[in-house]
Amino acid sequence: MAEFREAPANATAGEKLLNWVDNRFPLTKLWNDQWGQYYAPKNFNFWYIFGSLAMLVLVIQIVTGIFLVMNYKPDAALAFASVEYIMRDVPGGWIIRYMHSTGASAFFIVVYLHMFRGLIYGSYRKPRELIWIFGCGIFLCLMAEAFMGYLLPWGQMSYWGAQVIVNLFSAVPFIGNDLSLLIRGDYVVGDATLNRFFSFHVIAVPLVLLGLVVAHLIALHEVGSNNPDGVEVKAKRGPDGHPLDAIPSHPYYTVHDIFGVSVFLLIFSAVMFFAPEGGGYFLEPNNFIEANPLKTPSHIAPVWYFTPYYSMLRATTDVMVNILCGAVAIGAILGVLRGGFGATGKVVLVVAAVVAGFLLKTFDPKFWGVVVMGGAVIILFFLPWLDRSLVKSIRYRPGWHKYLYGVFVFFFVILGYLGSQPPSAGGNVVSQIGTLVYFGFFLLMPWWSRIGTFKPVPDRVTFAAH
Amino acid sequence: MKRFLPKFVLSLLVAFGFAAGASANEGGYAWDKFPTEKMSDIAALQSGAKLFVNYCLNCHSASYMRYNRMKDIGLTDDQIKKNLLFATDKVGDVMKTNFDPKQAKDWLGTTPPDLSLIARSRYDIGMGSGADYLYTYLRTYYRDDTKATGWNNLAFPDVAMPNVLWELQGQRAAKFVEEKDHHDPSKKIHVFAGFEQLTPGKLDEQGYNEAVADLVAYLQWIGEPAQAKRTQIGVWVLIFLAMLTLFTWRLNAAYWKDVK
Repeated sequence: MAEFREAPANATAGEKLLNWVDNRFPLTKLWNDQWGQYYAPKNFNFWYIFGSLAMLVLVIQIVTGIFLVMNYKPDAALAFASVEYIMRDVPGGWIIRYMHSTGASAFFIVVYLHMFRGLIYGSYRKPRELIWIFGCGIFLCLMAEAFMGYLLPWGQMSYWGAQVIVNLFSAVPFIGNDLSLLIRGDYVVGDATLNRFFSFHVIAVPLVLLGLVVAHLIALHEVGSNNPDGVEVKAKRGPDGHPLDAIPSHPYYTVHDIFGVSVFLLIFSAVMFFAPEGGGYFLEPNNFIEANPLKTPSHIAPVWYFTPYYSMLRATTDVMVNILCGAVAIGAILGVLRGGFGATGKVVLVVAAVVAGFLLKTFDPKFWGVVVMGGAVIILFFLPWLDRSLVKSIRYRPGWHKYLYGVFVFFFVILGYLGSQPPSAGGNVVSQIGTLVYFGFFLLMPWWSRIGTFKPVPDRVTFAAH
Repeated sequence: MKRFLPKFVLSLLVAFGFAAGASANEGGYAWDKFPTEKMSDIAALQSGAKLFVNYCLNCHSASYMRYNRMKDIGLTDDQIKKNLLFATDKVGDVMKTNFDPKQAKDWLGTTPPDLSLIARSRYDIGMGSGADYLYTYLRTYYRDDTKATGWNNLAFPDVAMPNVLWELQGQRAAKFVEEKDHHDPSKKIHVFAGFEQLTPGKLDEQGYNEAVADLVAYLQWIGEPAQAKRTQIGVWVLIFLAMLTLFTWRLNAAYWKDVK
């Protein structure tokens, strides 16, 4: 408990007010802990802008969302027309709507880059595991927001995209049909679905999202930021007790982020004002046709940010299930031979592998497709314990690790592209390879991340003065 | 950053190149380019409005579009009332047809779609803009006695709508030649080999192309009436943000020059 402090006699009115508040609420303390006196490593590079940009886009989405809800009608008979009403008759409505629709794609671009930064510099490693886990939770919320928000304009792609994805849940063994019925609130996507998705999109998920963002930031400011060298700056402190290689966020990262924000807004506005459809990727042409439950579009694809996962879903065919059985078998054999388990451990491993193989062959491949799609996101939560590399940052890892990350990103982008295209035999083989690369990258990480010659990590960060 | 970024950017470029190569579109009649300069031509948009009201609005609605929005293309309420208001008497009404959708379904086999967003909904990444499609579609009708309406279309095969603009264009037949299929030599495919004018229309080919371009410009405009304003505001926003970026860049540098 802080002591009650009297303001000095010569204090200005503002100082007196702040003193009055500080005696009742830790305003100055919060500001200093979270930003003003938060010491961040001075060697942040380009990749470190996306955290604050994600925050900016979140604010854009919330504020524009508030104004959209003022004129949007969550009713299957009125929804599509109400969006066009916003676009045509509401003063400034088109700007608000385009900000929100462009913001959705921008959010994913920014968050993907933010996550990639964490990946290459090992920002999820001890002691930052919880920051990463909160972040993964934010990513999940974001996906839920995007999926449910996409139904609201009630266009053809909204409707059929939701229909396809909700139908996936019916592949879950035993409870599938009831589960999809519960999500839809009807036997097909309809008014009930629109209403509950609206409720989740504007209330439920944003609340969880905001809570997670706060937790993400509190955890970050408690532990301190990682940096491109993966050096713990707290290890070397100056006489004033502050880390030698860190600087107060305010004013240094304040002006830094304001610069980043202006560059971002420049690009964001260029898209929003001159190509709001994003070449048919941000606003899909089919979604300018009102939802028609009797007319299935010839090609249904989710919006671009979901397509990598959609590709993995489609890649999980009968053949793929057999390959997965093979992978389980190889994993079990290697585990028994080289895992260093005791007799009980070996038996457990073999039994687990047999059960896994049995389940793989028993249930519908469609269900395993859903598992693969969900697993692709869930696996991210475990990253802090999968990575056993001796150093955090890619800078001091063996050279070939960089190419491995390159291959990973390459296949992720290819999966994204293929997911936006109609299915084809060749494309399916490539997406199966991509799926194996994606999961292999994470599941084999405990082994490959230790292999190779690591470079010595310096004591202090590398920093060239501007 | 200096060590990692080039490799990362390179791998992305390679990935996108790979992706672009795989997306070669095939099949379907290639779309002609809509003359986009029509979008900034007020007279063309007004003539398109007139064509729309006379030829399209009998069966199709544009039910998100209000008549008085046409003030944005230089018309006054009076002009709209005198020249364009046939289906209603209120200038604030939306452009709705009086054609009963049930009757339409009986006569044509389908309900004529709403045209408010037709241009935006027909965009195809491999083929062209929605305006390109409409510009092609309205110019590739031909006589086909095997169809119930007596008409067929190259850009939209087996289309339900007859050529409502035929009195402007005249009637045309399409010539086809049989060619071997490149993919499967055992099959033959019909290849389009040009039109043949059967009866003249009120307009010559040049005039008809102009008229269709005007109509398509109008359709493109009603898809997003704010589009001109959008790009106009956009230029100012970008100029402002460019100056702001310049300022914040120097501001950032001024603070960071002390960090050693």
